[in-house]
Amino acid sequence: MTEAAYLQPPPPDYLHDGHTLGSWLFTTDHKRIAILFALSITFFFFIGAVAISIVRLELVTPAGDLVGDDTYNKLFTIHGIVMVWFFLIPSIPATFGNFLLPLMIGARDLAFPRINLLSWYLYVGGAAFTVLTLLIGGVDTGWTFYTPYSTMFSNTAVLTAAMGVFVVGFSSVLTGVNFIATTHTLRTRGMTWFRLPLFVWSMYATSIVMVLATPVLAMTLVLIVAERWLGLPIFDPSRGGDPLLFQHLFWFYSHPAVYIMVLPAMGVASEIIACFARRRLFGYSFMVYALVAIAVIGFFVWGHHMFVSGQSPYANIVFSFLSFMVAVPSAIKVFNWTATLYRGSIAFDAPMLYAFGFLGLFTIGGLTGLFLATVPIDIHVTDTYFVVAHFHYIMVGGSVSAFFGALHFWWPKITGKLYPELWARAAAIAMFIGFNLTFFPQFVMGYLGMPRRYHIYPPEFQVYHVLSTAGAAVLGVAYFMPLFYLIWSFRHGGRASANPWQAQGLEWQTPSPPPHENFIVPPVVSEPYDYHPQEGPTAGGETSA
Amino acid sequence: MSDTFLKPPFETLERQHQAVSFGMWVFLVSEVLLFAGLFAGYSVYRNLYPEGFLVAGRQTDIVYGTVNTAILMTSSLTIAVAGRAARAHFGRTARRLLIATMTLGLTFLILKGFEYREDIAKHLLPGPSFALAQPGAEIFFSYYWVMTGIHATHVTGGLIAVGRLVIASRRDATWLSGSASEDATALYWHLVDVIWIVLYPLLYLTGRTGHG
Repeated sequence: MTEAAYLQPPPPDYLHDGHTLGSWLFTTDHKRIAILFALSITFFFFIGAVAISIVRLELVTPAGDLVGDDTYNKLFTIHGIVMVWFFLIPSIPATFGNFLLPLMIGARDLAFPRINLLSWYLYVGGAAFTVLTLLIGGVDTGWTFYTPYSTMFSNTAVLTAAMGVFVVGFSSVLTGVNFIATTHTLRTRGMTWFRLPLFVWSMYATSIVMVLATPVLAMTLVLIVAERWLGLPIFDPSRGGDPLLFQHLFWFYSHPAVYIMVLPAMGVASEIIACFARRRLFGYSFMVYALVAIAVIGFFVWGHHMFVSGQSPYANIVFSFLSFMVAVPSAIKVFNWTATLYRGSIAFDAPMLYAFGFLGLFTIGGLTGLFLATVPIDIHVTDTYFVVAHFHYIMVGGSVSAFFGALHFWWPKITGKLYPELWARAAAIAMFIGFNLTFFPQFVMGYLGMPRRYHIYPPEFQVYHVLSTAGAAVLGVAYFMPLFYLIWSFRHGGRASANPWQAQGLEWQTPSPPPHENFIVPPVVSEPYDYHPQEGPTAGGETSA
Repeated sequence: MSDTFLKPPFETLERQHQAVSFGMWVFLVSEVLLFAGLFAGYSVYRNLYPEGFLVAGRQTDIVYGTVNTAILMTSSLTIAVAGRAARAHFGRTARRLLIATMTLGLTFLILKGFEYREDIAKHLLPGPSFALAQPGAEIFFSYYWVMTGIHATHVTGGLIAVGRLVIASRRDATWLSGSASEDATALYWHLVDVIWIVLYPLLYLTGRTGHG
């Protein structure tokens, strides 16, 4: 069979395997579905970005001179809803996870290709509700939909917004089920669990969170809809309901959702750092256990979002302790990435710059998370820009940096083209500078007392807001740059070889872009991150650090 | 024959069956969490309003509830036997049992519809004209409507899934013996029944335990 495969003309790559619109919209090829997701989330990324650009412009002056308070509330709400559920949650799993998971384990596709396509259509269905929400005037509850405001008082399009999030939730659940089943049943010969690349492990851990947490959010949104639409009093305090129950249910999903966003980023960072340091990843098995530990402990920390909500002080202490616990595996990962760099021969290509950005920004985001897990400090900074800065360091500094790192690292594999390295490095550096300029001042002003979600503020905070808006402008330019040079590269870039980075991993053993069936000849599995084969499969690498 | 069932990306039929049934199990875990949010809320409120829940629990229709429980349990039996029959290559028996399962499921929904009509007539729908004054009674009935409503949606989903098997096997009932979807559909149907077994005591037996 192998010989015959060499003798035949190579099959067309997945991009040229059918040219009609139908061949894309009804495809069951995981690689094409990944592209569909990538285009959709890019569209929503720019919708969310436009909304927040207006917010940042409004905040240049202390007076409310650009938009009124109602519009302001709608702008930050749509920014949050779109960025969380229509960009960040699907970002790395639905695009790179979809594309790479089967390739990395040597499979021909995901276990359930048609369900994978359904997952995209559900995303589109949810997206349609969100666009409808925008068209009928927007929603002003904040992305958290807190009751009783969302159920009893808001006069905006809460129903369509909640329906949009509800529908897109099923897309995540199906993606999660598909990834878990694929990892269990479709690993190629020799691909044992402890030879899986960490990106696959990160997808696996993420999928577990998706499958277990998302349905709770779905049910919570059903209760919101039931209360607003049918008048059920579940969260209505005047009829015996408890609005705080909503917060418990909401954060039971929405805290683990942070790990849906950041675990994939950790997977990406592990791949990139090992490749560009030319080192075996330090402490592989600890990295695996840390991923799983974060996913599991992440389910038991939701109460730290509710320290000031009237929760019992004993609950606060427990949730505070568990939030500190989750920092331990996160720190293990940070130290192991750093140890991987030690004595490596480091190349500063664009993916590595993004990975470094991820490493630094995630660390700052994680450490400020410990401040917030400390009850007295949290009481001081609750609902201030300190919190806003913290979660943007994790979600944008961490996840979005990793997303762009992944985009550049696997771009040659996905498109078969090389991107312009100089431009890419410039964008990576601009993104890092713009990000810090935007969000670091927010830590300071938040600590000094600037509350979030206000568009009129005391003039002493203006200097921080001006810095932050200036940073957002830099960040905006940095986000547009890849859009242009990657489109240019797709049309005019040089042809990429099968393995332009000399990287380990099965996805690099097949042509770029891969054919429909992924592999022309069955891939050969070796130890993961075998960047020093001369040291032998077990010795050396890890002991020298 | 096995070639007709083997679909990419799988290389063996056995592996494909394992994947389909494992995937369904993972999905069912997700379904359990969907209802877990409701069970958690129910427990919190029952703890807050023990009296209201007892009074409200006595207002649900025990006859409809019990008959429907029996019907759904029987449907679990028919679909379980259908699976055994399919594996033993009694294709036509399997198909008839699937049709029986659908009939039972449909009967469940119809009876549930009648029950809803009576509930509405008794002003048990939360709102301004709600019948009971005890604090918490309205919350109980909020959960009653949401839980049974979501459950009925699942029964409907199950009917569609079983209906798909019945239609797919209309030409050749032996299709059921080789297809992996028979197993997965039965798993899903059993979950819907299991959820009902939890709902039945929560909604129908509460307040009827003698001391109330």
